[in-house]
Amino acid sequence: MLDVVKDLLVLMIGSSLVSNVVLSQFLGLCPFLGVSKKVDTAVGMGGAVIFVITIASGVAAVIYKFVLVRFDITYLQTIVFILVIAALVQFVEMFLKKYVPALYQALGVYLPLITTNCAVLGIALTNVQKSYGIGFSIASGLFTAVGFLIAIVILAGIREKMEYNDVPESFRGMPIVLITAGLMAIAFCGFSGLL
Amino acid sequence: MSEGNSEARQGSMEVFFNGLVKENPTFVLALGMCPTLAVTTSAVNGLGMGLTTTAVLVLSNAIISLLRHIIPNRVRIPAFIVIVASFVTMVQLLLEGFIPSLYSALGLYIPLIVVNCIILGRAESFASKNPVIPSIFDGLGMGLGFTVALTAIGAVRELLGAGELFGIPIINNVLGMFTSVEYVPISIFVLAPGAFFVLAALTALQNRVKRKMQEKGQNADKIQSGCSSDCAGCSDSGCAHRFVDVDGAPGSVADAKANKKEG
Repeated sequence: MLDVVKDLLVLMIGSSLVSNVVLSQFLGLCPFLGVSKKVDTAVGMGGAVIFVITIASGVAAVIYKFVLVRFDITYLQTIVFILVIAALVQFVEMFLKKYVPALYQALGVYLPLITTNCAVLGIALTNVQKSYGIGFSIASGLFTAVGFLIAIVILAGIREKMEYNDVPESFRGMPIVLITAGLMAIAFCGFSGLL
Repeated sequence: MSEGNSEARQGSMEVFFNGLVKENPTFVLALGMCPTLAVTTSAVNGLGMGLTTTAVLVLSNAIISLLRHIIPNRVRIPAFIVIVASFVTMVQLLLEGFIPSLYSALGLYIPLIVVNCIILGRAESFASKNPVIPSIFDGLGMGLGFTVALTAIGAVRELLGAGELFGIPIINNVLGMFTSVEYVPISIFVLAPGAFFVLAALTALQNRVKRKMQEKGQNADKIQSGCSSDCAGCSDSGCAHRFVDVDGAPGSVADAKANKKEG
């Protein structure tokens, strides 16, 4: 029992801070750069990503264990995962719209952006690569997505402050955001001492 | 007959150079940023990733173009995804079998070619509307444009971060001819932060070119400002589409927010 807790803690720090999904693996870069202008939209996007990635990594792990391994067709994992994830995101969207309109109001607009997001597929594939079980896959998905939330909220906070700065003309817009992200990546490199 | 042929060939070459130069997916359209950053730690990796993507792009463009009258419009995105994913799986197995060093260097980013904006984007905006031959040339042009861009970014990072180019310690070789000074590599450029810095410099350059073009009164609309507010290439080129069209066309975040405000 204690071992499991220890493993989970290591997984939590490892996947949310040390190998941060955006800042060290470059997955989910599009929403990270695209939807980080304001803190509240960044929180919404982060919430949607947590929601989708946690569910998707659970579903992918179940399908991998009970379908792909069972029938010995694991080489089809890329095709199966991307289809399942893309269908799942749309299903989640329709479900939320109909039954949980409050949550849909908060997350709905971000869901289509995540349909073919590399972070979702990337985490499902990483879980298989590291041969996590179903429980650990869900945990790994959740913690990785929390890492995304942390990164995008920090970036949005910095960008809000930066609006008043005098940035050189050529660096206005995306270049200065990329430099900010680079500096954040340097800061996150510091977490590698934690493990 | 021969005239028609030469015309068609000219069209194909035009499409080819369009992808290679005028609409270079990385430098001009700012498409497919994920892999450009992750795998360009060296020029060789960039080249390998670029050529792998080119192979997938050419094959999937050809097949999608062949099937363009057969695939129903409503389920076109899932159909495209299945076709692309099949080719990616084939290419992945071939790499694992024949070029294991590249396979282990690129790792996770090979299956992630499936979600690369360039491939679905070209399928949606070119291959599903054009005959086979132009589609193949479009794939080839776009793919090679992507390869050139990846190799260039990889070369810059390798040169600054390790002092090497394609594995040859080129800076020290040159310096050794004149002085006894040794180049100390800025190893941050091979690590994750360096990728952001190189891309930042690149998009700043792009901004500058665009500004100069506008000052001269030239049309610079084609140049996307490096993954702009709405995730430039992505939302326009098929990546942000819903899996199956249910009720009307999907909108970008901006559209959706506007609707939300109105509603």
